[in-house]
Amino acid sequence: MHTAVNLYPLIGVAVIAAGFLLRFNPMLIVAVAAIATGFAAHFPLDHVLSAIGSGFVKTRVIPLIILLPLAVVGLLERHGLRERAQMWISGIRAATPGRLLMVYLFVREITAALGLTGLGGHAQMVRPLVAPMTEGAAETRFGTLTDAVRYRLRAFAAACDNVGLFFGEDIFVAFGAIVLMVTFLKEAGIVVEPMHVAVWGMPTALAAFLIQSFRLYRLDRWLARHAGGTKPAPGPEPHPHDAGRQDAAAQPQGENA
Amino acid sequence: MIVSLNAFFWLLGILLFVIGGIIVSDRAHPKRFLAGGFWIVYGVIFLAGDRLPTDVVGVLVIAMAVVAGIGGVVGAKPNMPSEDARRTSAKRLGNTLFLPALTIPLVTVVGTLLAPRLVFGGVALIDPKNATLASFGIGCVVALIFACLLTRDSVGQSVKEARRLVDALSWAVVLPQLLGMLGLVFADAGVGKAVAHLITAYINLDYRLLAVAVYCAGMAIFTIIMGNGFAAFPVMTGGVAVPVLIGVFHGNPAPIAAIGMFSGYCGTLLTPMAANYNIVPAALLELPNKYGVIRAQVPTAIALLIVNIVLLNAFM
Repeated sequence: MHTAVNLYPLIGVAVIAAGFLLRFNPMLIVAVAAIATGFAAHFPLDHVLSAIGSGFVKTRVIPLIILLPLAVVGLLERHGLRERAQMWISGIRAATPGRLLMVYLFVREITAALGLTGLGGHAQMVRPLVAPMTEGAAETRFGTLTDAVRYRLRAFAAACDNVGLFFGEDIFVAFGAIVLMVTFLKEAGIVVEPMHVAVWGMPTALAAFLIQSFRLYRLDRWLARHAGGTKPAPGPEPHPHDAGRQDAAAQPQGENA
Repeated sequence: MIVSLNAFFWLLGILLFVIGGIIVSDRAHPKRFLAGGFWIVYGVIFLAGDRLPTDVVGVLVIAMAVVAGIGGVVGAKPNMPSEDARRTSAKRLGNTLFLPALTIPLVTVVGTLLAPRLVFGGVALIDPKNATLASFGIGCVVALIFACLLTRDSVGQSVKEARRLVDALSWAVVLPQLLGMLGLVFADAGVGKAVAHLITAYINLDYRLLAVAVYCAGMAIFTIIMGNGFAAFPVMTGGVAVPVLIGVFHGNPAPIAAIGMFSGYCGTLLTPMAANYNIVPAALLELPNKYGVIRAQVPTAIALLIVNIVLLNAFM
């Protein structure tokens, strides 16, 4: 089947792959890929430039959700928001980093499934609240954390927000993705009820929760082995010799003011 | 309508313009003209992007990419009170500090739910087509006022704090939008058609499990390339699912669509192209490795992709 499909625009894909592999600056890679794709599709120069310009203006809504909360978040951080989040979580005895993130994952996925995707997010929830709470829960149990442990906890906090959002929102009937799928199939002559698509998303949504939760459970075990070595801060620990097995016997955690 | 997205584009444009101005006039900043210029140009695109000729905007965008590419968008040393001062303040203000932060999601949700009812004399108070985002913007403004009252600090200080965070995020905050633009250019140039052509021409789809695996893995891989499951869905469903899974194997379209899209989301967890989910958080959380979040997601994504293939083969 040698139809007239022009394969040259795939150069853009190759530029992306090569650029990321060679670790060029991603901004530069994407700009070059856009220019290369445009020329490969035989666009003249001014068409390439205006495709880039109009595309960029049409997508202005994307950074809104990251940039708008920064003034509030920054101001609250100046007045100790992250420190407060850590103090608050250290008062909850049963909180381990893994369990805390499991709760966040659950809430994030359920609320996204109900269409409330605005309840989370990296700029407004993960950076100011979830990540500091996770670090705080780990510090309460294991004392000072190494940078490697700290970064791993933060990455997991961000991952939980993503997994909860992605695999929750697609079982919300009014979500754009379902509308897109139903519309596309209709154009192909196949009629599907949006509700059925939503229902068939549920097994995967459940699997996503179980897999991520299992990894969070393992994260707690990993922390007990790797962060427990430094010994928890003296005082609030009734069982200092038990540091390696904290996670298995999690109840007695002493009085954390 | 009274509150539309344009209001927040202008607000953001003004904020970025002021931040750029602060950076340009900051003599302690290592590259104040490049970095400040970057944010001023970005602000101009928010303020006047829809009025400038599109090829002029294209030139501005390429200029921003070049400044980022030569390492021009660096931050100054952050100016924060000491940890002791922040702890004292945290103790003094207590849990009320959480309230402004929680105001943003609260107002977003309430605004989204109420938007269809807030119509006065035929004029909607909140733009009904963008109710969630407009409510989110209102939430940010309300939260800022609340935070200023609570901490007895000024809006000016909050702009300085926004500048501190923008400095830390650097160009990563622009990348998702740039990728969105690339997706549009790809669609314009017919990249999707070319990929579907290659897959169907070179892979034998006579075995049911193989066809299911090609569809799910293809959704994931194409999403990795495009950074977006929505872009992958028409290509893979039109190229593989409709002719083969439905046409040859008579599969049920509802699970095919649902699980296919979720397979694409497994790809979203793996790709730097989905910058707003993977690269921006790494910058926000100040991780030294910009792929740190992706790394934490790899096992979940791969396990879930295998589960999807098994589920789709069982249920379709």
